[in-house]
Amino acid sequence: MQLNYFHTGNERRPFGWADILVISLLLSILYAAAKLGSGMQVPLDPDELSSLSLDPKWLPYYAGRSLLRMFIAFAASLLFTFVYGRIAAYNRTAEKFMIPAIDILQSVPVLGFLSATVLAFMALFPGSLLGVEFASIFAIFTSQVWNMTLSYYHSLKTIPRELNEAAAMNQLGGWHRFTKLEAPFSMIGLVWNSMMSFGGGWFFLAASESISVLNQDLHLPGIGTYMALAADDGNIKALIYAILTMVVLIVLVDQFFWRPIVAWSQKFKNEQTEAGEVPTSWVLNLLKRASFVHYLNRKLRRGVHDGFLRLSATSSQVKLPQVPPGIKKIFKWLILLTAAALILRYLYSGILEIAQLSWSELIHVVYLGLLTGLRVVVSTLLAVVWTLPIGVFIGTNPRLSRMVQPVVQVLSSFPANMAFPIFTILYLKFGIPMEIGAIPLMMLGTQWYVLFNVIAGAMAIPSDLKEVTVTLKLTRWQTWKKLILPAVFPFLVTGCITASGGAWNASIVSEIVSWKDQDLQAAGLGTFIAEATTNGNWPEIIWGILVMCLLVVIVNRLVWSRLYALAENKYHMD
Amino acid sequence: MMRKTLIELQQISKRYDQPKQASVSIMEDINIKIKEGELVSILGPSGSGKSTLLRIIAGLVPPSQGTVLYNGQEIAGTNPGVGMVFQSFALFPWLTVLENVKLGLENKPLREADKMRKALSVIDMIGLDGFEGAYPKELSGGMRQRVGIGRALVMEPDILLMDEPFSALDVLTAENLKRDLLELWTERKIPTQCIIMVTHSIEEAVYMSDRAIVLSRDPARVISDIPIPMAHWRDKQDLQFTSLVDRIYSILTQREGKTTGQAEKKDNTIEKIPPVPAGALTGFIELIDDLGQQVDLYKLADQLSLKLEDFLPIVEAVEMLQFATVVHGDIGLTEAGRRFANASVLFRKEIFKDQVLEHVPIMEKIIWILQSKSNNKMEGAFFVEIFEKHFGAEEAALQLDIVIDWGRYAELIAYDKKAKVLYLENEAAAAVE
Repeated sequence: MQLNYFHTGNERRPFGWADILVISLLLSILYAAAKLGSGMQVPLDPDELSSLSLDPKWLPYYAGRSLLRMFIAFAASLLFTFVYGRIAAYNRTAEKFMIPAIDILQSVPVLGFLSATVLAFMALFPGSLLGVEFASIFAIFTSQVWNMTLSYYHSLKTIPRELNEAAAMNQLGGWHRFTKLEAPFSMIGLVWNSMMSFGGGWFFLAASESISVLNQDLHLPGIGTYMALAADDGNIKALIYAILTMVVLIVLVDQFFWRPIVAWSQKFKNEQTEAGEVPTSWVLNLLKRASFVHYLNRKLRRGVHDGFLRLSATSSQVKLPQVPPGIKKIFKWLILLTAAALILRYLYSGILEIAQLSWSELIHVVYLGLLTGLRVVVSTLLAVVWTLPIGVFIGTNPRLSRMVQPVVQVLSSFPANMAFPIFTILYLKFGIPMEIGAIPLMMLGTQWYVLFNVIAGAMAIPSDLKEVTVTLKLTRWQTWKKLILPAVFPFLVTGCITASGGAWNASIVSEIVSWKDQDLQAAGLGTFIAEATTNGNWPEIIWGILVMCLLVVIVNRLVWSRLYALAENKYHMD
Repeated sequence: MMRKTLIELQQISKRYDQPKQASVSIMEDINIKIKEGELVSILGPSGSGKSTLLRIIAGLVPPSQGTVLYNGQEIAGTNPGVGMVFQSFALFPWLTVLENVKLGLENKPLREADKMRKALSVIDMIGLDGFEGAYPKELSGGMRQRVGIGRALVMEPDILLMDEPFSALDVLTAENLKRDLLELWTERKIPTQCIIMVTHSIEEAVYMSDRAIVLSRDPARVISDIPIPMAHWRDKQDLQFTSLVDRIYSILTQREGKTTGQAEKKDNTIEKIPPVPAGALTGFIELIDDLGQQVDLYKLADQLSLKLEDFLPIVEAVEMLQFATVVHGDIGLTEAGRRFANASVLFRKEIFKDQVLEHVPIMEKIIWILQSKSNNKMEGAFFVEIFEKHFGAEEAALQLDIVIDWGRYAELIAYDKKAKVLYLENEAAAAVE
């Protein structure tokens, strides 16, 4: 029997070692957050910028700053998810454009916008690094949020009718609906997607911490910057320090943040029978052992509950006058019109910018886009070629998959762009042209999504079907053709969609790399956008991003959505 | 002394509007008054909108027309005097028994400690003492439904609505829970003023309630409102008990088209086929033949241990095909039925084909359409579209499925599932050759 330690622990527990551990942990986190946060508002002056050091003793501080950025972005994503997802799920009119909007935003290469957002945020906070800080957080935010929002929206849409009715019959208000029904019901999917998003976020952190805009190099103190400086300096030792720190960071976040949350969220599984194997976390067990955690939890709950009660008792006497529906409608239209006017205005000025380019320039960018597109296709195909046999091998081997999966998780979270300098050194040494060399760089970050999915697909093959292939004495090739490939296909498609989306994003940093003062670059849209950003050439930036977005959306509509439909209809196993 | 009317339904009707199509009416002109102290059952064939009616009373579903009065006041939004028990229990799996029950108090202006006390006393009352900290997945079905009942009762509602509360439970557990609930009710241990229960079991209705309201189908109307003036506890072997059950059975099995004879039933409406596969019909006819001349429907259902919802369509189907007739709650085979029961497999198909063509107008029309096409083929979607006009989108696909099933058995039509195309059976034979 499972006990719920958080809610029913009425028995007294002695204050123990677990309490001391947890309290000291809390204090240290508080102090670190305050210390790191105070560094955010550094004035923007060249001396300060150059004060970033490659001395490894600064690495913990830099790692802390990076981590803070990640968590702020994650908190913002979570907030956005709850608000946006809820509106989209309950307002039919809003839903009609909110969900397609996410679909498009999801396929837009975030890094392409980085320069634009950096400039916008710098204008908001003139003379301070805070603007760059926000831009970095914003980049991480945009890389995480769509996935999470879609997951939350889908969960809300699939709440069983009777649970909704039970909530209505018990007269649950908005807040209670959220805490008792909506959040718990969506918890499993949201935690999973958050974990994936957070892992993907490291890549954008590393890419957004140090960036050059308008011929100005901007560096935020952080592990991504440390890596960039190490590459500029050609300091291999610093390079290795950075990579090690990154791995430690990922493992720590996993152990202290995600594992406990995953283990805790298991109680939200919407199942009526008990599951066999349950994820566990030693950190969560520690927290459960600490009696003061129970005490605080109980006191807080009671206090908040009765406090709210008092508050609503005093405020319920005041009734707001009802807004007549006519005025409401006018108000709605007003908002819509303002939005439309703003959109049109910016669309117009955007077109004006693009109009400065000549026809041949415009077409050249499309050609570059096709080149990059070719690299994306090749990188995805290569990823399929190696992950399919290996993923199936791992997935059909339960013991092996248990061992391999945590490793793959760390590998996939590791920001691929931090490994770029190593490849750059190799390319320079062996004289490999970047036109081809960019492809492995793209793969570095994206292949894991394919591998993950193939493993999951192979694990989901029912064992009786495997036994059938044995009893029918099918050859290895026949087994692959008749069973494994069709069974894995839906998973493979899902993995490829994510991988190719990631590859487009990666193109902006992986087509142009440097080591010391040697630059390697390939002709492609990624290089084009990166260079336009450095030079601050607005018409080129806008047109480049637009072409990339269009290419991504077109490929999604023409290829991926069809394959996806095929996978869903024909090869879906139930 | 006049008892107070708690709930009054005035001319309730419900339509589902569909884009581009005529709206489908599922409920028409329902007038019901429910008084203090009554336990009322709502009975009806499947698809008669019993559950929808219950949700209209709860204020979960708005009626298309008419009003629901609670204590003489028209309700807007969820009915404030109502607690509801669901067929699937609708427990929140991430909350413990205590938390689930406390959910009913969540929005009441009570201090946390008071809520706790109330919830615990209800848990005690419904016999779940000791399970406060358990999660629903650790409980058996019967205990889960107890939590569901507790969650409704903790609000101390005037009216308790129950949507097939026992149908997801096994027989013994259900019996036990019924008794416990009746005890709470008859001994006034709960402040509830009336109970309205939707059920598919006639026996359950007669056993528990003071009144049984019987609904018809397509659209739902009140066809009968039967008082059950027996003292609790009732003996199921009692003559009065069995004759009441029999009476309700015969009301439910009267074929609507013939007995109601409504003027508004126009000629162009097509009669719905009961969703029973041909294989099941064959078995049923054989069974009646084995059992002899006339069989009591109530006993037959019991013997087959079929729920009313599953049983009635079979009876309807054999009646529609005129393999059997129902008189006063007894079923007997017709001449065709007896011939069918004793025929060989191949010959049965012949008889079935004749009956279908003669008595199922939909089939006749489909054959006619297929014959009039030069290639004797037609997409399934075409028929679905026609059906949609009569039955609504959801039912239309089901109707096509069952028509195809009967047509295939009768070797009248063939169907290509991949291409979703219907064609004439002789055409199918040609295609194979």
